[in-house]
Amino acid sequence: MSHSPVEVADDEIEASSLWRDARLRLQKNHLAVIGAAALTIMILAVSLAPWISPYEYDAQNLDLGATAPSAAHWFGTDIFGRDLLTQILYGGRISLAVGFIATAVALLIGVSWGSVAGYCGGRIDAAMMRFVDVLYALPFMIFIILLMVVFGRNIILLFLAIGAVEWLTMARIMRTQVQSLKQKEFVEAATSTGLSPLVILYRHIIPNAVGPMIVYTTLTIPSVMLLEAFLSFLGLGIQPPATSWGLLISYGAETMEEYPWLLIFPGAALTLTLFSLNFLGDGLRDALDVRGSKD
Amino acid sequence: MLLALTLTSCGSGEKNVVSGNQTGYLHYGNGAEPQGIDPHLVTGVPESHIVRALFEGLTVKNPITLEPEPGVAERWEISPDGTVYTFFINPRAKWSNGEQITASDYVWSWERALHPETGSLYAYMLFPVVNAEKFASGTIDDFAEVGIKSLDAGTLRVTLNAPTPYFLQLMDHYSTFAVHPETVLKFGGMNDRFTSWTRVGNIVSNGAFTLKEWSLNRQIKVEKNPHYWDRSSVTLEGVYFYPTENVVSEERMFRSEQLHVTQGVPLGKIPSYRAVENSPYVQAPYLGTYYYLINTKKPPVDDVRVRKALSYAIDREKLTRTVLRDTAIPAYSITPPDTLGYNPPKLFSFDPEQARALLAEAGYPEGQNWPGLEITYNTNDDHRKIAVAVQQMWKDELGIDVSITNQEWKVYLNTVSQGEFQVARRGWIGDYVDANNFLDLFLANGGNNNTGYANAEFDDIILNQAPKAASREERYKLFYQAETMMMREMPIIPFYTYTSKRLVHPSVTGIYPNLMDSLNLKYVRLDPTQRLDLIPE
Amino acid sequence: MLKFILLRVIQAIPVVLAVITVTFFLVRAAPGGPFDSEKAVLPEVKKALEAQYKLDEPLTDQYLGYLADLADGDLGPSFKYPGRSVNEILASGLPVTAELGFYALCFALFIGVFAGVLAALRPNTRQDYMPMGMAMIGICMPSFLLGPILILVFGIYLEWLPISGWGDLPGDKILPAITLGSAYAAYIARLSRAGMLEILSQDYIRTARAKGASDLRVVFKHALRGGLIPVIAFLGPAFAGLLAGSFVVETIFQIPGLGRFYVQAAFNRDYTMILGTTVFLSVLIVIFNLVSDVLAAWMDPRLRTQFSAAK
Repeated sequence: MSHSPVEVADDEIEASSLWRDARLRLQKNHLAVIGAAALTIMILAVSLAPWISPYEYDAQNLDLGATAPSAAHWFGTDIFGRDLLTQILYGGRISLAVGFIATAVALLIGVSWGSVAGYCGGRIDAAMMRFVDVLYALPFMIFIILLMVVFGRNIILLFLAIGAVEWLTMARIMRTQVQSLKQKEFVEAATSTGLSPLVILYRHIIPNAVGPMIVYTTLTIPSVMLLEAFLSFLGLGIQPPATSWGLLISYGAETMEEYPWLLIFPGAALTLTLFSLNFLGDGLRDALDVRGSKD
Repeated sequence: MLLALTLTSCGSGEKNVVSGNQTGYLHYGNGAEPQGIDPHLVTGVPESHIVRALFEGLTVKNPITLEPEPGVAERWEISPDGTVYTFFINPRAKWSNGEQITASDYVWSWERALHPETGSLYAYMLFPVVNAEKFASGTIDDFAEVGIKSLDAGTLRVTLNAPTPYFLQLMDHYSTFAVHPETVLKFGGMNDRFTSWTRVGNIVSNGAFTLKEWSLNRQIKVEKNPHYWDRSSVTLEGVYFYPTENVVSEERMFRSEQLHVTQGVPLGKIPSYRAVENSPYVQAPYLGTYYYLINTKKPPVDDVRVRKALSYAIDREKLTRTVLRDTAIPAYSITPPDTLGYNPPKLFSFDPEQARALLAEAGYPEGQNWPGLEITYNTNDDHRKIAVAVQQMWKDELGIDVSITNQEWKVYLNTVSQGEFQVARRGWIGDYVDANNFLDLFLANGGNNNTGYANAEFDDIILNQAPKAASREERYKLFYQAETMMMREMPIIPFYTYTSKRLVHPSVTGIYPNLMDSLNLKYVRLDPTQRLDLIPE
Repeated sequence: MLKFILLRVIQAIPVVLAVITVTFFLVRAAPGGPFDSEKAVLPEVKKALEAQYKLDEPLTDQYLGYLADLADGDLGPSFKYPGRSVNEILASGLPVTAELGFYALCFALFIGVFAGVLAALRPNTRQDYMPMGMAMIGICMPSFLLGPILILVFGIYLEWLPISGWGDLPGDKILPAITLGSAYAAYIARLSRAGMLEILSQDYIRTARAKGASDLRVVFKHALRGGLIPVIAFLGPAFAGLLAGSFVVETIFQIPGLGRFYVQAAFNRDYTMILGTTVFLSVLIVIFNLVSDVLAAWMDPRLRTQFSAAK
C-alpha cells in the first residue's frame, strides 16, 4: 500500500484494500465457497428449468399417480402424476424470487430508515429507533397471519408483509454504521463543501456501509424464505396452481409415510439453499470483519 | 432433561382401546371441536354426534333400515289424510334428573326452536307444521297458533300443512328434540343463545348418556344415564369424544390403538387398509352429493351449451378411481341414487366429442375466444385435488384455460351467497332421506340455490303437486319429471355421491353404516378379545 | 433501575393500545363474517344474531365498548365457540403453550449453551465445527420439516415416541419440544460461542489459564457470566419467536394450545378470539422483553449504567 503525496480520499484507499482482503479471506473459507457455488448452481437450475426438464410442471397423469424415483422421473411423481423434479425447479423460482424480492423490500426500507436516523442523530434518531424497538417487540407472526387472512392471498402482499417484518434489523445495522461513519473525516469534508445531507448520505456514507449491508442481506434471504415456507405451510402463502418449496413440503408431510420422496426432495432443496446462503453470509461476515451492532 | 420430560407426561400408558374395551368406554374420533351442544343451536356433524348421545327425539332411526322406531314416543297415530300426528309419550321416558318428560316440554321446546330470536339455523325442519314458518319469520307472534298442542301430559298432537311422508324422520333430527325448560330458564331466557345450561353439572338431558366432562379441545366424556327409559339396551359405560380435525393425525391415533373409531380416512392410506384381512376400513354410501354450482347469470356460463360442454367433458369414472381412490360414486344429477327407493335421471355421460361440439356451437371452437373461467372452492385438500384435476381435464378435452382459486370457509360462504363466482364447489348432505331435501334446493327463491336457476313449473311440481301426490310412486314420478327438467338446464355440475369412510376397530360392533351415517350408540358393543392386526407396512 | 422499569412499562402502554386498535379494525375489514353459514340464514335470524353480539352498532361504538370491557379484563365471548368466553379459551390453551415453550426453551438453552461453550473452548477444531455444523442444520431446517421427519423416524419407523396429543401418553412432549426448540438451540449455540470467544480472549482468562485452571473452572467461575450476556439479551426475541413457532408445531403434533386456537380463530373470523389472543400475546412479549433486558443488565454491570443513564 503505497502512499502517494497526492491527497487521496481516505475511503478510496481503504475500500480497495478492504475489498481485496475480504475477497482473499472469503476464498480461504471453504464452506463459504461451497455455499456460493451451490447457490449459483441452484439459481441456474431454476432459471433453466424448461431446458432441464422435459415435463410441464402442471402436466398431470392421473393414472400414473405417485411413483418413486425412476429413470423417467428422477425425483418421482406426486399424486397427480406430476414430475417432482419439475415441481421443485419451478417452485424454486417462486421461493427464491420471494426471498430476493422481499429482502430487497426490507433492504430499501431498512437502509433508508436506519441511515436517516443515524445521520440525523439526536431527537429524530431517538424517535425513529424507538419506533423500531417497539415494532421489534410485537408478535409479528400474528399480524402477518391476520393480514393474509384479511386481504386474501396475493403475492404482492406477501412480499410487502414479509419485507415489513425483516427491515427492522437492517435499520438497526445501518444506523450503527452511519453513526460511526458520520464521524469520519471525509464526511466532514463533504459537508464543508456544502453538499446537501441527502447527497452525502447517498454518495458517500451508504457506499461505505455496503459491507454490513451485503452480509445481512445474505443472511436475511434465508429468513425470508423460511417465512414464506412457513406461511405456505399454514395455507396462507403461495396458492396453487403456483407452487413453492414451502407448499411442496407441506403436501409432502401429509403423505410422508406412503410417499417419503415427496417430503425429502423439496425439504432437501430448501435446506441446501438455506445452508448455502448461511455459509456464504457467515463467510462474508468473517471476511469483511463485520460485527453486530457495534454499540 | 429427557427423563424429566418423560416423567412430566402423565397418562396411564395403556392404550385407550385396550383399557376402553375392558371398562366399556368407546373412544371416538369426532372431527372438529364442537361449538356447543344445544340441540336448537348447533348445526355440524361433530356436534350432532354428541347431541344424539345426550338427547333423544320422539322417534329414533333404526340404524340398519332407517325406519323410525319409538323413542321418547312409545307409539303414534297418523290421521287418514296424513296431516295430523298424535304422539303418545312413553311414561318411562325421563329426564336425567328423574323428572317425567311431558308433552308441554315439547311445546315449549318447539317454540324455542322456531322463535326468530333464538336463531336456530335448522328452524326450517319444523316448517311442515301449521304456521311454523309464519312464527319463525315473525309474521305471527302467538305460538298458540302453531300446530302443536299438548292434549295432556303424555299426549302430543301435531298438525301439518300437507301430508309429509318424511315427517317421522324429522322427529329424529336433533333440531326437533326437546330440552328441559326449567334448566334452560335457570340460566337465562328461552331465547338466550349459548348460556351455561349446557355445561357439565348444569345440563339435564334425556338420552342414553349424560355429560360428565368437557375439556376444551381435548376430550368430551359422556356416561351412561341411569334414568334413560331404554337403559337395559345400552351396554357401553360411556364414550370419549376426541377433537380430531386432522385426518392424518387421527389415522395415526387409530393405528396406535388410541381410538376405536375415526371420522375419516386419509385417501392415500385407503388402499393399504383395504388390503388387510378383516379390514377396519368401512365405506358406505352417504346421502350427499358433491357438485359445482354454476352461476347461470354470468358469462360464459350463462349459455346452457357451455354448461353442458363443461359437464360432459369430465371423466367422472377416472376422477373417482384415481384421485378419490374409488371412495365415491360418480353422480350425474343432484339426488343420490336409491334415496329411499327414488332414483334420479341420468341425462348424459362422459362425452368429450359432444362437449367439443357444444362448445363450438356456443362460439368457442377448440377453446378459441374463450374468456376464461374461475373455479372457487373452500380451502381443503380434497377440493383442491378435484379442482386441479378438473382444470386439467377441461384443458385437455376442450382446450380452455380455467383458473382455480381457494378461499377460506367464511370468505367462500360470503362469496357464494353474494353470487360473486362463476363456478363454485358445493356439497349438500341430506337432512332426511327423501328426494325433496335435494330438489327443493333449486326452488326459485331457495336460500341455498345460488345458481340463478328459476323455473316456475319446477317450483309448482315441488311445492304443490308432489306433496299432494296420492302414492309414493306418483310422488317419485313427479320428482323424476322435475329433476329431468332441471338437469336439462345444467345449473350444476354433479360429480359424485358421497360415501362415509371411517376406520373401525375390530373390537367394535354395532356401528352400522347407513345412508344418513347416523350413529346410534345404543347398539354399540365392545369385544375385548379383538385386537387390531394390520399387515406391516 | 426501578425508574428504568417504570419508564419501560409506561412506554409499553401506547404500544399495546396501538396493537389493539390496529387489530380491531383490521379484523373487521376482512370479508366473511362470523355468522356466514352454509345453510341459508333467514334475515330475521341473522339480524337477531348480530344484535346479540352488538355487531349492528357503528364500528366506533363497538371499539369503545371493547376497550371498556378490556379494562375490566373481559375479553368477550368467542364467536366460534359461543357459550365460552375468550378468557376461558385462553386459560385452557395458555398452560399448554407455556409448557411447550418452556420445555423448548430449556432444551434450546441447555443444548445451545453447552454446544456454544464447547465450541468456544477449542475454536476452529473439530470440537468447534461439529456443534456449529449441527447448529447450522437447526437453523436451516424449518420446524415443519423437522417435525414430520422426527415423527417419521421416531414415531413411525422406530415407534419409540408418541406423535400426537399432550399429556395423554408418556413421552408425548418430547418431540414437540425438540422440534420447537431446535432452531433456538442453534441460535443460542452461535450466540454463546461468540460471547464466550470474546470473553475467553480477555486477559483475566488468560491469567487464570496460565495459573493452571481447568477448562471447567475457567468456564464456570469466570467466563460464563459475561459470555452469556448476548444469550440473555436474545431471550426476548426468542420468546416471540417461540410463540410464532408454536403455531406450526401445535398443528403438526395436534397440541391443544394457544397457537392452534389463534390460527383457527383467524380462519373462522372469530373477532373476539383474534383480538383477545393478539392483545394477550403482545402484553406477554412486552413483559418478557422487559424481563430479559433487566436480567441482562443485572448480569452485566456495564449495561446497568447505560440503562440508568437512558432518558
